[in-house]
Amino acid sequence: MKKTPLLVILALLLILPLVVEDVNFQHVMLMMLIFAGLGEAWNIITGFAGQTSFGHAAFFGIGAYTSTVLFYKFNVSPWIGMILGALFAGIVAFLVSYPCFRLKGHYFAIATLAVAEIIKQLFVSWDYVEGATGISIPVVPDSFWAMQFHRSKIPYVLIAYGLFVFVLFVAVAIERNKMGYYLKAIRESHEAAEALGINTARYKLLAMIVSSMLTALFGTLYAQYILYIDPFMVFGLDVSMKIVLLTVLGGLGSVYGPIIGAAILIPLSEYTRTLLGGTGKGIDLMIYGILIVIVVVFEPRGILGLLRKRSRRRLNYGKSNA
Amino acid sequence: MSMLAQLVVTGVLVGSVYSLVAVGLTLVWGLMDIINFAHGDFMMISMYTVFWLYALLKWDPLVSLPIAAFVAGMIGLLTYKLVIKRVLNAPGLMALLATFGLSLFIRNLAQFLWSPNYRFVGESILSGKRLIISDVIVGLPQLVAALGSIGMTLAVALFIKKTKFGKAIQATAQSREIAELMGVDTEKVYMFTFALSGICVGVAGTLLSGIFPVYPESGAMYGLLAFVIVALGGFGNIWGAFYAGIMIGLAETIGGFYLGTQFKYAIAFLIYLLVLQFRPKGLFGW
Amino acid sequence: MARVMLEVQKITMKFGNLVANDNVSFSVNEGEIVSLIGPNGAGKTTLFNCISGFYKPFSGKVFFEGKDITGKPPHQITMMGLTRTFQIVKPLKDMTVRDNVLTGAFLRSSSKKEAERIADEVLELTHLWEKRNMLAGSLTTADKKRLEIARVLATRPKMIMLDEAMAGLNQSEIKEAMELCIKLNRAGITLLIVEHIMEAIMPISHRVIVLSAGKKIAEGEPAEVTNNEEVIKAYLGERYYAKSKKLDHGL
Repeated sequence: MKKTPLLVILALLLILPLVVEDVNFQHVMLMMLIFAGLGEAWNIITGFAGQTSFGHAAFFGIGAYTSTVLFYKFNVSPWIGMILGALFAGIVAFLVSYPCFRLKGHYFAIATLAVAEIIKQLFVSWDYVEGATGISIPVVPDSFWAMQFHRSKIPYVLIAYGLFVFVLFVAVAIERNKMGYYLKAIRESHEAAEALGINTARYKLLAMIVSSMLTALFGTLYAQYILYIDPFMVFGLDVSMKIVLLTVLGGLGSVYGPIIGAAILIPLSEYTRTLLGGTGKGIDLMIYGILIVIVVVFEPRGILGLLRKRSRRRLNYGKSNA
Repeated sequence: MSMLAQLVVTGVLVGSVYSLVAVGLTLVWGLMDIINFAHGDFMMISMYTVFWLYALLKWDPLVSLPIAAFVAGMIGLLTYKLVIKRVLNAPGLMALLATFGLSLFIRNLAQFLWSPNYRFVGESILSGKRLIISDVIVGLPQLVAALGSIGMTLAVALFIKKTKFGKAIQATAQSREIAELMGVDTEKVYMFTFALSGICVGVAGTLLSGIFPVYPESGAMYGLLAFVIVALGGFGNIWGAFYAGIMIGLAETIGGFYLGTQFKYAIAFLIYLLVLQFRPKGLFGW
Repeated sequence: MARVMLEVQKITMKFGNLVANDNVSFSVNEGEIVSLIGPNGAGKTTLFNCISGFYKPFSGKVFFEGKDITGKPPHQITMMGLTRTFQIVKPLKDMTVRDNVLTGAFLRSSSKKEAERIADEVLELTHLWEKRNMLAGSLTTADKKRLEIARVLATRPKMIMLDEAMAGLNQSEIKEAMELCIKLNRAGITLLIVEHIMEAIMPISHRVIVLSAGKKIAEGEPAEVTNNEEVIKAYLGERYYAKSKKLDHGL
């Protein structure tokens, strides 16, 4: 894999929100970075290891709730909450992985969905964390310690960028080394992987834990940015599916996939919402939905598939000329 | 004791309708390995069909049944023709992505056209009537919904098992290539199965419209539970979906009563996780 | 007397009422090429699965280099130096040929540089070097079979079990496969081969074991086995029997 395109993308993602002063644009960039990061994290377990998770909202929610509850009840810095949230998410991933990984294919996917829904229901009825009402995070003056910035979105963007780069770095490091090869072998054939001496159970578990911990980091940031969370918002199937969709749309199993997918889907959803969402009639989501269908119908290999096909064609063309 | 009897009866009634929704989903899933996220929304459309026929023409839901089923069936057919057909050979989760977009579209189209408000089919031949057998009370609309669902499930199962076209569906599910070699028009099989899936969920929607409010999200929870039920029963297995539906209905009703109704869906999901520990390919999977 | 590498003791495997392996015992010595033959449904692949850890046998024991490996997970058995290929090839389709082999090579070295060195060595040895950048899914059957071998070779095994590595190949491809087997054996790797193509394995095998209906019915040097009446009746059938007679005449 060549490094240049990735570095160009990274530079653009940093420079764009800094030079464009439009607040709306900065918001879109922020959401893009968050969801691209979530896609990268999800890609580790599903794109690399081939284990489809429909339940990553569980880890996102755990990240959001851990930091929020700690800050709201005990005045603990969200930065510490972020790390603890990641740890909790990792522990939960460890606990649910054992029963889930006994299942294969769709049975596994539905199991992850079930786990996320169960966790959501538990939070809805858990009074200590305000149940279905949700928690409004107490607003404090701008502070790095409290991860709250009201005068400008730039600090949020920078944090999101930092997290995204970190997750991307982890994903690339995994992909290029032994673990990446092992996860992809598991995706292609469990039996072949075992015959090659790969402890499939252990590597899947490891991938799940890493993926869940990275996912939780963004939960904290999201909560601190929106300053309000409830179980439906952070644990909902919508969140899980959004992560799935943008990664699949961009290109499953490639580190570019989530970036491309987020760069298309997030502006689409955010701008249709700001332009058309005010009517409360659902036009924004209607258009968003039909656009997804159109993109898929006309480009069923995903955007990355399209790009690859193009470049391969050019290559062939060059060859026949030579 | 009578409380438990009441719960069991209610659970079976609820579960029968779940079964029919799941049967529709499992047909498509078993045949094409496609997760149709818009399945619950097909149901919602059939509920609106019943509602509008009632509101504008004063038709009874039972009279509207064929029309609502037809509408849902046509939506299924169109979904196949316009969307699914083009993504059948696409990698992994692309078809899922398409049906998710479709679901968003249908749901918000309904909201756009008919607002998010709850609507009710106020009166029907059945409404308000009930049977009392010793201590157990059975609402007639619920009973008819359950019996109708069981009847429809039976009809679908017989159709698949006995008719020539049903056998073509089975053959195609085993292997598309081989079915084609045997002279099966698999394109037609796919299209028809999608339509049949829509009809199942359309019938279920009609039977529910006298019991539940009609609004853009009315199909959402049913669609989600149907995923779990289909997997619990074993993908593509009609009777598996049937028994799993009843099981989830019972678990939800009995569990909800003793542990609090807020947990009723969580219990359904928990049942799935527990059962699959012992049967990793569903109750009737192999 | 050579050291015993693999020892199979009274393996029985049942699926419901079907007895796929019935009290099968045999052993393979270090440096040997042993063939396991038998008609379809004789239980050869099941036996492979029991030895390599994919099935847990109903009863009986498997020892590799004197250590009990019965019921151990396949990856641990591979780690100990006993690995296998599959009758139905399982290429890591969306990965290149080199990445397939590299995945195997990571078993003995976590360093990518070192693993790449092992992989490239194996690619040369198996004549896949020219095709290293192709996607494994796009290879021909013969190359896929060869890749199966290359991939497990990269795990630096002491012993490989080959499950019908020659099925579906043409004459010249079979010859290459035979040469590869001999080459591996000379490099010190013990081989246990399941094969249908008699002409190919009889010449290269040191010993032959015959399974029929789950039972071991004969064991010995290729010449002995091919002349064993029971074997001829149970398995080799009229065609090979006639052919071998004709061959005798010719000589």
